[in-house]
Amino acid sequence: MSDVRQEWPLWEVFIRSKSGLDHKHCGSLHAADGKMAIQMARDVYTRRQEGTSVWVVRSDHIVASDPGEKGMYFDPAEDKVYRHPTFYQLPESVDHM
Amino acid sequence: MQASIQVSPRPDVQYLLRMGDTALILAQRLGEWAGHAPVLEEDIALANMALDLIGQCRAVLTHAGALESAGHDEDQLAFLREERDYRNVTLVELPRGDFAVTVVRNAMMATFFKQLWARLAESRHAELAAIAGKAIKEARYHQQHAADWLVRLAGGTEESRRRIDKALALLWPYHAELFASDAVDQHAHDSGLGPRWGDLQEAWLADMKEIFDEAGLALPAPVAFLSIGKSGVHSEHMGFILAEMQQLQRAYPGGVW
Repeated sequence: MSDVRQEWPLWEVFIRSKSGLDHKHCGSLHAADGKMAIQMARDVYTRRQEGTSVWVVRSDHIVASDPGEKGMYFDPAEDKVYRHPTFYQLPESVDHM
Repeated sequence: MQASIQVSPRPDVQYLLRMGDTALILAQRLGEWAGHAPVLEEDIALANMALDLIGQCRAVLTHAGALESAGHDEDQLAFLREERDYRNVTLVELPRGDFAVTVVRNAMMATFFKQLWARLAESRHAELAAIAGKAIKEARYHQQHAADWLVRLAGGTEESRRRIDKALALLWPYHAELFASDAVDQHAHDSGLGPRWGDLQEAWLADMKEIFDEAGLALPAPVAFLSIGKSGVHSEHMGFILAEMQQLQRAYPGGVW
């Protein structure tokens, strides 16, 4: 039984909670293929009306940044406040920016 | 110890008991997988399906109790009858078996319920039609889930195919009971409560054939055997499952949480 389980690849599950919102990552599961992964995602992650749409993607198809390069990648943005658009005066007629 | 109740032999009440009890006992069998399914995800899926069936059973038994007007609520109807007064088909009370048995039985029963709910959505009883409108979505998913597994296991390894063949040989003979119409069916038909179950057979066989074709399985030949759980004559497994289900309500009458 455990052998079978090891053969099933891991899938990442993304759920859209309602129309118009984006799909959010909510967890992962093991399944033999995409069809089974979608059904299992439905059963495991949408039992309490969490979703209106499900995406699954093989975990090994995700390309991720290297945690070891976190400093090099992200720290330089720390002191670049001018990249935030907070210095502009908005005209009165523009609501909700 | 809580005494047993007697339910009216009225055909409309009996028709509803057949549906409610069949869903109830199948749910109990599916619930036995909790903590034992081959993988965690399937464990949750089977529990979800069991709970869908319990929900359908509750609605149907409540409606039966209302029609009967003897003051029986869903809990009393579910837990306080004697074995001979349960009207489920024999197929659903057979032991859980291995995963292949569950898959084959679920495919047979979900397909049946899908046909039944589709017809009940046009019931003259507005409440039953509303229950059916909700339940058919659940049954459609149950069918897809079971059919998917049936195709996988039938086309999987030698071992999985062997188990599917064995499960099919065990369960198939019990399907005839689903479609053996009698006076209760005729009454439901004439009064607009619901279809004669026998009228569902053609559509059921067509659906099953489609699944079997995809799975590379041949439809088994018809058999002369006819189980009669619907009339209260059950297999030797029924007493055990009822004992397990009823113990709490018998020992602690009216117990709730």
